[in-house]
Amino acid sequence: MAVHRRLQLSEVGDVSVVRFVDRKILDEANIQELGQELFHLIEDEDRKNLLLNFSSVEFLSSAALGKLITLDKKVKAHGGKLKLSNIRPEIYEVFAITKLNKLFDIRDDEADALATF
Amino acid sequence: MSRDFSAWTIDRTIPSELLSGRRVLEELLERLQGENWTSREIFGIRLALEEAVVNAIKHGNCLDPNKQVHVICQSSSEKIWIKISDEGPGFDPESVPDCTDAEHIDVPHGRGIMLMRNFMSRVEYNDQGNVVTMEKVRETPAA
Repeated sequence: MAVHRRLQLSEVGDVSVVRFVDRKILDEANIQELGQELFHLIEDEDRKNLLLNFSSVEFLSSAALGKLITLDKKVKAHGGKLKLSNIRPEIYEVFAITKLNKLFDIRDDEADALATF
Repeated sequence: MSRDFSAWTIDRTIPSELLSGRRVLEELLERLQGENWTSREIFGIRLALEEAVVNAIKHGNCLDPNKQVHVICQSSSEKIWIKISDEGPGFDPESVPDCTDAEHIDVPHGRGIMLMRNFMSRVEYNDQGNVVTMEKVRETPAA
């Protein structure tokens, strides 16, 4: 299993729960690395169901949104499901403004999200 | 836009490096943290600054080390006014596709300007498209 520098990973049944190491997801190099680690979970480790728990994330930029959109495509292409949870109000507003709250399945908390896989 | 500022001004010219942009953002945020802005306002200003500075460095100047980015930020009791200029050819902000349209919703880029317009009170580009001016009016004026 690969070493993850930007992610913390746990397993709940057949769902891989991802938490983020960085409180602010905005640095270009970090976002690139984050994207590669997320894509690796799907493309190389063959995981299908991912839950991204944003409880530790205080800030993200549009570059991070781009990685999430690409991840969503990869998960769907592999026949899996991607869900997001624990997004604080300011960040949820970013998803709402860009209407990505319609593209992503966003749940209030981890338990709620896990129940919907 | 009228300009009536008295509190403080930050005026920086930086090379086209993302790290230099980060330093200016941190300096501006440090000033804002000590003022009477709400957390939501600071989040929005930070996001708009982040998007505009990265756009100027990466897309405007194309990370060209021979080109610079000029950032001016003026704060008053009522608002913050920010002007970011790059030395690139500019672009037409109206030509950026609406990322909320169904046909563009899953395109992984092009959301920065929309976020800037939503979180700031006003966002304007010059005719050439290489200078963006933004204002954020305080919900609660500073004492």
